[in-house]
Amino acid sequence: MIKKRRIPRLLQLVLIVAGVYFGFILTFDVILGQLIPKSLLTMYMFFVITGVLMVFTFTEESTRELIDPIKALVEDPSKKVLRNIVFVIVPLLAGIYTYSSLLPSFEAPVELRTIHPAPPSKMKAYGKRFDLATLENPYRKYEKEDPDKFRELVREGGDVYIKGCQYCHGDKLDGKGPYAAGLNPTPLNFQDVGTIAQLQESYIFWRIATGGPGLPAEAAPWISSMPIWEDFLSEDETWKVILFLYDYTGHQPRSWEHE
Amino acid sequence: MQKRNSRIIMGALFTAVFALFLLPSIVPGLDASLAFADETTVNLDVDAVTYDPAPKLTEADYPKISGVNSRVVVWIVAQLHLWFGAFVLAVPIFVFIIEAIGMSTRDQRYDNMAYEFIKISITAFSLTAILGGLLVFCLVLFYPDLFNYLATIFKESMFAYALLFFVESAVLYVYYYGWHWLQGGFKKWVHLTLGLLLNASGALLMFLANAWTTFMMSPAGVDAAGVFSGDTWAAIHNFLWNPINIHRMIANVAYGGSIVGAYAAFKFLSARNKEQRAHYDWMGYNANFIAIAALLPLPFAGYYLTAEMYVYSQQMGITLMGGVFAWIFIIQAVLIGALFLSANYYLWCGMGRSEGAHRYNPYMKYIAVVLVVSFLVWFTPHTLVLTNAELKSLGGPYHAILGPLGIMPAKNTAVNLLILFTFLSFMFYRRANKIATVPWVAKGNAVQVALFTAGIINIFILGTYYGYYTNTVYKIAASIPQVLTTLVIIAISVAIDAFMYKGSKEVAPLRWGRVPPRSQYALFLLAVSFTWLMGLMGYVRSGIRQHWHVTNIFRDNSPDAYTPGLGYAANVISIATIIFMAMVIFVFWLSTVSSQKSQATGYWKEQGT
Repeated sequence: MIKKRRIPRLLQLVLIVAGVYFGFILTFDVILGQLIPKSLLTMYMFFVITGVLMVFTFTEESTRELIDPIKALVEDPSKKVLRNIVFVIVPLLAGIYTYSSLLPSFEAPVELRTIHPAPPSKMKAYGKRFDLATLENPYRKYEKEDPDKFRELVREGGDVYIKGCQYCHGDKLDGKGPYAAGLNPTPLNFQDVGTIAQLQESYIFWRIATGGPGLPAEAAPWISSMPIWEDFLSEDETWKVILFLYDYTGHQPRSWEHE
Repeated sequence: MQKRNSRIIMGALFTAVFALFLLPSIVPGLDASLAFADETTVNLDVDAVTYDPAPKLTEADYPKISGVNSRVVVWIVAQLHLWFGAFVLAVPIFVFIIEAIGMSTRDQRYDNMAYEFIKISITAFSLTAILGGLLVFCLVLFYPDLFNYLATIFKESMFAYALLFFVESAVLYVYYYGWHWLQGGFKKWVHLTLGLLLNASGALLMFLANAWTTFMMSPAGVDAAGVFSGDTWAAIHNFLWNPINIHRMIANVAYGGSIVGAYAAFKFLSARNKEQRAHYDWMGYNANFIAIAALLPLPFAGYYLTAEMYVYSQQMGITLMGGVFAWIFIIQAVLIGALFLSANYYLWCGMGRSEGAHRYNPYMKYIAVVLVVSFLVWFTPHTLVLTNAELKSLGGPYHAILGPLGIMPAKNTAVNLLILFTFLSFMFYRRANKIATVPWVAKGNAVQVALFTAGIINIFILGTYYGYYTNTVYKIAASIPQVLTTLVIIAISVAIDAFMYKGSKEVAPLRWGRVPPRSQYALFLLAVSFTWLMGLMGYVRSGIRQHWHVTNIFRDNSPDAYTPGLGYAANVISIATIIFMAMVIFVFWLSTVSSQKSQATGYWKEQGT
């Protein structure tokens, strides 16, 4: 009977981990064209290694198979040369990694920017105070009550958008307007299911009316280039453009009641 | 003598029961709060009382002690009190269940285990009380106006709380010290009833304390200036009270299970013989089972709580999940994933107790793949940490593929799969030592495979179509059928297995104690992760009030009114976790000391006969 030759466990572990690592890079960076951020890849790989170790060590037999070569490397007198090489290379690699991580660079530090800054409970705009918990779009009701009027309001909102917003947020509302490339952070992509689809209309009203300078102090400094639109748009225009944002993207504002 | 003692104990018991049930009528105003009465039954006698608005404080109104950071002290003491409180409320819940199992199966091992569990919690009870007292002192010392304001509104419930604590202690002591006395027949039923009473008083205590906490988050029964209407029940029954009650009740059980699991692991690793190893292995297995059984519904209870916070206040919801606290949620996701991974690893290692496990071992790698992939989705953040080069390459902070994984529909799908495959690990574990003898084994297995397949497809459809292509009402509502699908799969699979393995053959007797020591470290990891997780999320829950003592009505004007940085908060919680773990190890150590005896030969004077 021929005994099936198996790849040693330790090598299996290395191959799987390397395979998954390069698999991520190949899939995201090459095939999909959207690179995988290093910070996320590090987190992913930590738990991939944990998962592989779990599978390889839950039986005694498999654990021994994995650990024996490492033990032999440390304890077996016949592996003295290899041991010495490994014992030099490993600390050296650790040292190089530490040195390169701590080496000062011209790279700006990474930012933990939140896409949805928390709104205040009340806001001031157009010379009035608004309670964001109860604030609703006064035109939303026409969606059911008077669809023709609603279409007209959406069209007017579209005009506002084209005149004021599309330069940054794009004519497809995807955040890729002509000026977008010059801005960091880039303008919001309204088509993304993680943006306006998650938010109530009162939130959008707050963001448009008070713009970048109206962002909360809690998470300062903000670097948004969003203008204070209450200086340029009327309250009505702001609500209309909100109708347009949702209508064009097909999203619905966040709400708590069934239609 | 014994008869007299019995009378005394029964008298004490009767008084405790009497006090518990008559408390609402003894304490003025509490009838409205405890009897869950009609909300219109406002206390007429307090109508005449006028209440002051919430005070407007200045920095000078916060007493200081040189060299003491009042916020950090209150924070750590409150957290330690909560950890111990959660533990001592949880243990009686599953002790009651285990005792009942022992009664119905007449297997004394369960009774002994239940006794050992309650024994561990006894020292923790006194620590809970000491820390509770310390917390009150700290609040009165450092935040007197806040405490006074809350005490004005909750005076009845605070008084009831203090009295209930006596009731709980009385019942606990009779329950614990009477364990071996109240054995067999009717006496056992009396003992079990005491267990029920202990749980009822414990739960009520927690509900009352939850009311004060949630009032600070979602105040009710007060006007915009903080003037109390006099309706205690309205203040207690505030918007977030029940979501917190549900979440904490389930979480406590999971947490308590993990702590006694750590105790069993501690005893297992320090065991000196095979019998002890076998006993503590069995205990650890049961503790882990309790922790995992409660952990499975916990993400849904958490989701419900968070969704309710969002309903209550858009500001709170976004601050939690999309604003400054979002990164703590990523840590939370990582820790919850770690809980699932360690629970699974413990089960897989435990299969070594059975001779028949090798049949299922090859499947574990597939379970691991699903667990890890689900876990990666579970903690993928919506806002990525990007270097400038990465930002440039992506053309902005939005990732077309990973971005959608950062929102809740993806998380809900992932957590349902995590739960289902953890359950699958458990099913394999249960089957490992059994050989089914019914003729329809193949059909039964086929039905289960079909059930899992259909269920997973359903979870995916609900998560993707409803999660991404409908509005938020359906998006959030879709999580309910997702949960139900998971629960239905679990329930039907358990039922099928129960019939399929009825009268099954055992491969060989289970070898309790034959598990590797590293499996015990998985139990430790479970306990530490739970503790850290509760601390971090507790901070977030409290922190979303931001610069308010009571949201929007009572402003915090102390020098510490600002929201601390995430790193600072994580450090405080980590230090608190280390303190708590040190105290828990002390409790474990005490339990070993109490059973040790030293022979002091020649020390004591010989007594003449």
